[in-house]
Amino acid sequence: MGLIRDLAVQGAQMVFVLLLAPLLLGLTRKLKARMLDRVGPPLFQPYRDLLKLVRKEVVIAENASWLFRVAPYVIFAATWVAAALVPTFATGLQFSWTADLIAITALLASARFFLALAGMDIGTAFGGIGASREMLFASLAEPAMIMMVFVVALVAGSTQLSWVANFMLTHASLRVSLGMALVALIIVALAENARIPVDNPATHLELTMVHEAMVLEYSGRHLAVIELAAALKLLLYVSLIACVFVPWGLAPPRSGFLPLVIGAVTYIGKISVGAFLLVFFETSIAKMRVFRVPELLGAALMLGFLGTLLLFVSRSF
Amino acid sequence: MPVVVALGSVAVLILVAVAALFLVARPAFATRFVYGAAGLVALVLMVTALAALLGRVDISGEIVLPVGLPWVGAHFRIDPLSAFFLVVIDLGAAAASLYALGYGAHETQPERVLPFFPAFLAGMNLVILAADAFSFLVAWEFMSLASWALVMAHHQAEENRRAGFVYLVMASFGTLMLLLAFGLMAGPDGVYAFAEMRHRVHADWLPGLVLLLALLGAGSKAGLVPLHVWLPLAHPAAPSHVSALMSGVMTKVALYGFVRIVFDLVGDPVWWWSAVVMALGALTAVVGVLHAILERDFKRLLAYSTVENIGIVFIGLGLALAFAANEMAAPAALAITASLFHALNHSLFKGLMFFGAGAVLTATGERDIEKLGGLIHRLPVTAVVVLGGAMAISALPPLNGFVSEWMIFQAILLSPDLPQWALKLMVPAVGAALAFSAALAGACFVRAYGVAFLGRPRSTAAAGAHEVDRFSLVAMGLLLGLCLMAGVVPGLVIDAVSSVAVQVVGHDMPPQPLWPTLSIVPVSEGRSSYSGMLVLVFIAMSSGLAAWAIHRFASKALRRGPAWDCGFPDASPVTQYTADSFAMPIRRVFGPVAFRSHIERRMPPPGDPSPAQLKVVKHDLSWEILYAPISGRVARLAERLNTLQFLSIRSYLTLVFAALVGLLVVVAIWA
Repeated sequence: MGLIRDLAVQGAQMVFVLLLAPLLLGLTRKLKARMLDRVGPPLFQPYRDLLKLVRKEVVIAENASWLFRVAPYVIFAATWVAAALVPTFATGLQFSWTADLIAITALLASARFFLALAGMDIGTAFGGIGASREMLFASLAEPAMIMMVFVVALVAGSTQLSWVANFMLTHASLRVSLGMALVALIIVALAENARIPVDNPATHLELTMVHEAMVLEYSGRHLAVIELAAALKLLLYVSLIACVFVPWGLAPPRSGFLPLVIGAVTYIGKISVGAFLLVFFETSIAKMRVFRVPELLGAALMLGFLGTLLLFVSRSF
Repeated sequence: MPVVVALGSVAVLILVAVAALFLVARPAFATRFVYGAAGLVALVLMVTALAALLGRVDISGEIVLPVGLPWVGAHFRIDPLSAFFLVVIDLGAAAASLYALGYGAHETQPERVLPFFPAFLAGMNLVILAADAFSFLVAWEFMSLASWALVMAHHQAEENRRAGFVYLVMASFGTLMLLLAFGLMAGPDGVYAFAEMRHRVHADWLPGLVLLLALLGAGSKAGLVPLHVWLPLAHPAAPSHVSALMSGVMTKVALYGFVRIVFDLVGDPVWWWSAVVMALGALTAVVGVLHAILERDFKRLLAYSTVENIGIVFIGLGLALAFAANEMAAPAALAITASLFHALNHSLFKGLMFFGAGAVLTATGERDIEKLGGLIHRLPVTAVVVLGGAMAISALPPLNGFVSEWMIFQAILLSPDLPQWALKLMVPAVGAALAFSAALAGACFVRAYGVAFLGRPRSTAAAGAHEVDRFSLVAMGLLLGLCLMAGVVPGLVIDAVSSVAVQVVGHDMPPQPLWPTLSIVPVSEGRSSYSGMLVLVFIAMSSGLAAWAIHRFASKALRRGPAWDCGFPDASPVTQYTADSFAMPIRRVFGPVAFRSHIERRMPPPGDPSPAQLKVVKHDLSWEILYAPISGRVARLAERLNTLQFLSIRSYLTLVFAALVGLLVVVAIWA
């Protein structure tokens, strides 16, 4: 009985993140438009976009290989599995021992690997430029992320997110190292989700774009799946920040129905605040030149590294 | 007794090598005979070693042959450590032989490859089987010379001759260092048998010196920076199946030599050893991958990636030394298991990648990825297996490269408990270097695969390529299957290595539960766990579900049209992103530090119609700082000594007499 309930909670979490991800995207777009004094698209516009794309015919280039057609599903699956492993409203999920935080990072790296390859498959200059820059950013963002994981793992004594969240709930304290890790994680999240100042999610046909350049040749259902994966990735990073740094409200393992509901409600509140902060930050800063981005990511790497170093020196930092 | 079987197999390999000398008149038959026989013998050796590793056969007992040093003889035995490396070596050897059954048929000069291939295998196996210093060194040198002959197989090319020369010099240097290391450990009594050597009591200064000599000797063979310079020259120069052996397997023999000396023979480690090993490992990993990412030659790129992976293994070994020196047995077991696991993984995916490079070479005649492109259409099966290999080597789940790197990260997370401050400050930097090199490896293989296999063909050779033969494909598929297996059920490998960990650091990792979780738990359930199987199942299920749902309920329609490319598609393949342009951002960010790279612009004066030129200047720092001055001095000294060649007979007699007197004086003073 317990197993079935655990499986149900895990399944609910997977469906939950999938359904919620476009909403978060819609929320950020709406909030951004309001901050710029525009009306903005409706909150549910991303769902409509996805539905529209899914129903459309796919047009692919003549020389596209099977990899181009398979990649969207692999990217989506890797991102979805990673997003499903981050506790959103409850900890101690049935499959949380499948992969820890390092493995989640690596799952996102798998998704990026296929995205970059798909960008290069048609053999256009745009795809190549996007893939090349994406891999450059990743070469700094990934170590920064791992350093952030080190800080969290050294504080909590575990790389399992459920354990980390429970530890943070019970032993919450202000630490210098965690502050550094938070800043590092935010910078990595901005870079990984192609947000300003690293990339512009609204741009098209600009030489500065990174993510959009890679998916330029996609259309129809393939594009829908990739867009959904991108939305899931944004949700994943917001959930990750919420679960590690503000874990309050998370339902403990094997809890009843009410804590789960409370967890879900607080989670939605948390990601709304996250969306607001993201939009506030994006509207108050300009996009960087591509070759300034490594400096930003290098700062994230250094912060994560310093945090780890402090914890190696003394566990009390 | 497995050691008898193993020695017998080595003897068969040598007989095959001799037979090959007489068969070269009939190259087609000789190719099939040599590779078939070598593959079978390697298989026998591998099964024997696997049985020994898993404890299915009794491995006690030693063979002493009355050759070698008269008062020592030649000792041979198998213990868990050597059994593990025998498995790694003969697995790679069997796969390479299978691959060569097809690939070897394209060899233009089989008489320069066939006799040396089985000899090379025999040499590597003998190094592992040897249980005394003399046979170890003889086998080591035999292995070096056999592989040198294979590097020189295509000696008509100038760069191959240079590669052979540099390799020969570095191999001699490495053997000399190992000779000194063994000499120090054997002491004045000449205790050369390993069984007695490991019980000798050494002076305080001696083990540290032995460590440094082992790093120089085994490290130069493995490709530790800055001793790696020969490796990216020599490994690609050989035929591809031999490149796979040299990169995937011979570097493991070097690792074995290092582990045997440092963890087994010389006695208890001291903490500063680990600092040296880890620092070199981290440097090697980063420098190797940075070179790899800028390389255009597919095989040389793989050779640089070998340098990177050797660095990762040395990081793990350094961690194991640090824990072992502080008597933290369980973390030491985790670190040593992780690095042995990574050594196995590297032999699997590097073999696979070199086979893939060989397949590309067979199909197109090109090693330069700038002249390839679109091979996924022309070599469909090769493209799939090489993609798998690229994922494994980039440490992506659910393949095997990720598991071993994940375990090293877990070991790093246990290291704040180390008491030494130097290590506390160093380990986080090593962790950052490891993460950095893993991320760059991903970029490197996206570039290599994306340029060579994806996009549009950049040359007629690439456009007209044909899929390679079945033997090659089966060999590659086999290695990919093993990569997947090691990634999905890593518990099997961890459990198999446990006896090695017990032998080397006196502890092993907890047995990994195969069921019901299929996950590996290095320390405790609450600390960390990872299940490759479930990750694979989840990804397969969710991607399958998504594809099914969309195709079932939404749209299946698909139309092919010209590429969009923002409205301005250009039919010419030169408009594609090239490998150099892909690497440019990374070169621009990291190059000024790692290579002192900069761009030289040459603008023609006004009125001159010649084109402006851009040139990327890139320096190989280890070559310029370390090797160029040394080789310059040696050359100058040789120049000066050259006059000795043209003296009269009287001067020579005077010299001989003076030398004799000098030596007698030395002896007189000594006594």
